[in-house]
Order: sequence, then C-alpha cells, then structure tokens
Amino acid sequence: MLLKRLIVCLDVRNGRVTKGVKFKGNIDVGDPVEMATQYCADGVDELVFYDITASAEHRCCDLDMVARAARALTIPFTVGGGIRGVEDMRAALLAGADKVSLNSLAVETPEILTEGAKAFGRQCVVLGMDAKRVPVSSAIPSGYEVVIRGGRQPTGRDALAWAQEAVARGAGEICLNAIDTDGVREGYELPITRMVSEAVSVPVIASGGAGAPQHLVDVLTEGRADAALVASMVHTMGYTCAGIKATLREAGIPMR
Amino acid sequence: MITILDYGAGNLTSVRLAFERLGETPVLITDASQYQSGRILFPGVGSAASGMDGVKARGFDRLLRDAVAQGTPVMGICLGMQLLLSASEEDGGTQGLALIEGNCRLFDRTKQVDAKIPHMGWNTLRHADHPMFEGIQQDAAFYFVHSYFVTPANPTHVLGTTDYCGESFAAVIGSGSLFATQFHPERSGEAGAQLLRNFLTWEGTCC
Repeated sequence: MLLKRLIVCLDVRNGRVTKGVKFKGNIDVGDPVEMATQYCADGVDELVFYDITASAEHRCCDLDMVARAARALTIPFTVGGGIRGVEDMRAALLAGADKVSLNSLAVETPEILTEGAKAFGRQCVVLGMDAKRVPVSSAIPSGYEVVIRGGRQPTGRDALAWAQEAVARGAGEICLNAIDTDGVREGYELPITRMVSEAVSVPVIASGGAGAPQHLVDVLTEGRADAALVASMVHTMGYTCAGIKATLREAGIPMR
Repeated sequence: MITILDYGAGNLTSVRLAFERLGETPVLITDASQYQSGRILFPGVGSAASGMDGVKARGFDRLLRDAVAQGTPVMGICLGMQLLLSASEEDGGTQGLALIEGNCRLFDRTKQVDAKIPHMGWNTLRHADHPMFEGIQQDAAFYFVHSYFVTPANPTHVLGTTDYCGESFAAVIGSGSLFATQFHPERSGEAGAQLLRNFLTWEGTCC
C-alpha cells in the first residue's frame, strides 16, 4: 500500500534555517543539513529546502548546501528558491537534489515546466504554488488566487486552474501552500487542498498551517493530500517526526 | 569494486553517494571498454527508448549480457530494471535487453481512479527468501518513482511485490546473478542502505 508522507520544510536564509510567520519576521533555528540529518534519523519521509533569499539576490539556490545534503541524506529531498531556468535545475539535480520546486518562475514562464520535464523527467519537477483565499468570481471560480514573490504579488489566476495547467505542462507533483494559514498553526486549508488533489493526476503535498498532529490527519484524509509538510511544528514547537507519525498511524493513516 | 553504468539516463549523484556512505568508491563508466571487473550497478531514470539508445551506444548491452553469463553480480534500479525485460510499452514499444523474459506496462488508472501517476512515494515490499534481503523485514517501505511496471513471464523471476493502482506488481526481479528493483534503494533510508550493503557481499546466487 502506498504510504502517506511526512515532509519537513527547511527555509534557508543565508545558509541558516529560519522560520517566519506569513513571510514576515524570521527566527534562526539551525544549520540546514544538520537539522535535516536529525529529521532523517527521526523518521521523516522527505525533506524540502527553500533558499528564501536566492531569488531576491538573483542567484541559484545554495549548491554547496545541496551537495552536503545529498551526501548526508538517505531519503529524497527537493530544493527550491532562485531557480532561473533549466540550467539551474540541472545544477541542483547534479548536486544531488531529487526534485526541484518551481514557483514564481513557473507562473511567469510556464514553458519551464515542460522544458524541465523533458530534460529530467516530470518526477523531478515540483510546482510550488502559493494560494490565497479571495471572493469567488468568474476569473477565480475556485475562490483561491495564485500569488507569487513570497505571497506579495497577486496574479489574477485561479489556483485550481493553474494546478491543472501546470500538470498538463509537465509538473510531476504539486506543493500547495495556503498563504492564509501559513505560520498560523491552526490547521491546513482543507478546501483548496482537496479541490486540487481531486482534480490532478499527480501527488499533492499540503503546506501551510500545521500546528498539531490532528491537522495532518485532517489534511491527509478530508483534504485528500498525498503528503503533509510541516516546519515550525518540528523546528520550534517540540514535536518529533516519530511522534507525529505515531499519531497518524493511530488515526489509521498508513505511514512508514 | 562497484562499477556504475552511466548511459545518460538521469542523475547518478545519489546512487554514487549512497555507496560512498557505505565506504565504497564506485567507478562510473560511460563506455563498456572502461569496465575492468567486479559488481555492476545499472541505474537510470527517464524514458525506455532514449535509455535503450544510450545503453547500446555505449556497448553496455553486450557488457550486461556477458556479465550475467559469467555470474557477475548485477543490480538494476528503476529504468535499469525495466530495460532488462524483453520489451516495454513505453515510447510506442521499445525492445529491451531481454535478459529476463517479459514486458513493461503503464499503470492503468481505470483500475483505481484515485491512484496518482507516477507512483511516487514510500510503499511496502513483500519479498521472497533471497540473500539480497538479509536483514530486511517483510513489508519494509521503499521509495518509488515510476509510471511503468514490469511483468516477467516466469513467476520465479519475481522476488518481491508491491501493491499499487489495482496491481500487485513485481517490485523486485532477479535471475541468477541479476537482481533489480523498481524502487530506489539509494533513497530508501536504512532499508535501502541495507539492500545496497547486501549487494556488496552477494555472491550472485539465489539461495
């Protein structure tokens, strides 16, 4: 039976893991590879490293960190942040990343999804999408708008329609981050997670809002997500991966 | 010594690093003429047709046939497993190496409409009694990423099965000194590391 995945996200700023609230204010929580190695030993199923300053600094994600992570980790990991095109994707994959996450770039240049899938296989291409709750309109029938540039810039695009288009273009997985719940720790945004997961043929990772194990249970059942991403729960709130997974198993969710 | 075949099908960084974590220094070769001796790892991701073109262009088809004939331990991973079969449905039909008789088919979503393709993530393995599974529990989880699965003609070539998309498919196959996994042991935590460790000492026999 295919198991559900627990994914830990590490936001990396100047080589250090930070945790922010709604993209504002960040606190230092440690070295990314050391933390990743500990989470790996603690039973996490997959990791995501986001180089959150790369884009603003017009550089690719930290390839030295990617190479260090690849040497240390025995589980798959995704990198994102600062990817400017196929050559940056290639560099990240050759440094040892299993997948590359594309967010703003994919919205602005959707051809990158097709080019990346053609060059490396769609299993390497993750669409990272930030979705924000908005009034339902003819332009945005799902009631969720795609936002880019770390949540600062609205695009006028419907999140559900964009997810479907991105998969048609070559995305092999979607990491769906809900802006409204991100950092709030009161649960994932279930409606858009379920809508996207039911509408696309590729796995969906739910992100944004985890503050308790029950939130993961909810998004992996009611939200139909294939994987649940957490950050502050394990970085600063004292939960362990093993403990979260034990709770999920008790709730009947198949986990490794 | 481990020799990794590089035929242009994807990224070999993680498989190389997995052996380095076990204290090995694998040799990557891009042509059969560079092969010296020892165990062969046949990895790969990507499409069957371009993979097969790369294998033939580098003379790896003959290298693999000779190795298997001589009883040299050979381990295939992912596309490297699928290319061992006679043929694949992928790319409008692709001839494989035919080291194991059988075919390679696409998962059929009509059998389970909510199954996602590719089959991506951790799934459990039921395995046969074989020296490569030493120290690996039944129903241990391994990391998979694939859309096609192999269907060996001879059921004795199936060494492990996994359930997905309405199939109980062959996740591990083998014959003689040949052993191959659909999942990625280099990305499968401790269970995967144990499988690679077993490959370092496996004599290339079944039991």
